[in-house]
Amino acid sequence: MSSADIPQGPGTPAPEKRLGLLRRAWQFVLDLVDVLLKPSSIFGLGVLVLAGFVAGVIFWGGFNTALEITNTEKFCTGCHEMKDNVFAELKTTVHFSNRSGVRASCPDCHVPHNWTDKIARKMQASKEVWGHLFGSIDTREKFNDRRLELALHEWARFKANDSLECRNCHSSQSMDITRQSPRAVEAHQRFLFTGQKTCIDCHKGIAHHLPDMRGVPGWQ
Amino acid sequence: MIKKLAMMLLAASLAAGSSALLAQSVSSSLRGPAPLNDEGPAPPMQPMKNTAEKEVRNYPEQPPVIPHAIDGYQVDMQGNKCLSCHARARTAESKAPMLSITHFMDRDGQFLASVSPRRYFCNQCHVPQSVATPPVSNDFVDIDTVLSHDKPGAKR
Repeated sequence: MSSADIPQGPGTPAPEKRLGLLRRAWQFVLDLVDVLLKPSSIFGLGVLVLAGFVAGVIFWGGFNTALEITNTEKFCTGCHEMKDNVFAELKTTVHFSNRSGVRASCPDCHVPHNWTDKIARKMQASKEVWGHLFGSIDTREKFNDRRLELALHEWARFKANDSLECRNCHSSQSMDITRQSPRAVEAHQRFLFTGQKTCIDCHKGIAHHLPDMRGVPGWQ
Repeated sequence: MIKKLAMMLLAASLAAGSSALLAQSVSSSLRGPAPLNDEGPAPPMQPMKNTAEKEVRNYPEQPPVIPHAIDGYQVDMQGNKCLSCHARARTAESKAPMLSITHFMDRDGQFLASVSPRRYFCNQCHVPQSVATPPVSNDFVDIDTVLSHDKPGAKR
């Protein structure tokens, strides 16, 4: 488009022979629109509908399969940043090793289960791919330096969705406080059941080591 | 001849004595039936007391014991989980006892604004309590009991 606006001098070669890149791209788009708008003269309508349907199934299935593959612990710990830092820390906690053997994997807590939220989180995660490619946390020291920033992101997300990923397993309706310790009963009755606080407000650092907590509300 | 016989007798009695010692499995009632040179099975882990009920100190200088479980509490350079309830500013909400003012003192007795670094690591003095029965009984009596024996006509 813009190349068309540039005034051509008298000495320049014929414009049809040497179109600018933008001009050629635009021409291609116009041709493509032409093809898409004109009715097909070769394929029948049924063939086109069926082909579109099959292609749609393959695309959608492939998309969801790819989504599921990226939503596994194996995929997450494929990067050494996750495997050597947060995954190693998780292993010592109750969310990895416990009495009954029920455990949480990375996406259980860190990827929303609801589809639209999940897609939104996956789009945000493209920044993490960038971080991996450019090594923003590729050593333990670099990771520890940015731990607070990363933790603040997660705390903000949990706070915003009322600790939804905690509540996917820990429902306050199913919580039998007669089976809890007196301290837990007291705290849950005062803050959880009244909705004053959400899980992450008190339960920070339960699955990974804490960042420097100076300045975090409720911490010293 | 007699001397030689005495030597032989002594050697025989020594050998008999040592073999008798060897045959006897040396064990202590505290460490169970496992012989000294074997490790024996580990006793089961005992749960921690988790009542949150304050326990009486046995003597005034005793660091109060922790009446609740502290599994997974992080106390290090990054943060102190204990202080998220026991710090001065947190006690109104948590209803936990505030850590003593002595914890704000440095070694020269000067009060600092917050917890002195030498008092930061709670578990150095304060420990949670196991529900296990001790293998050796304890006949400790506290000072009040001792003093009450001295008061004339005030036996408790």
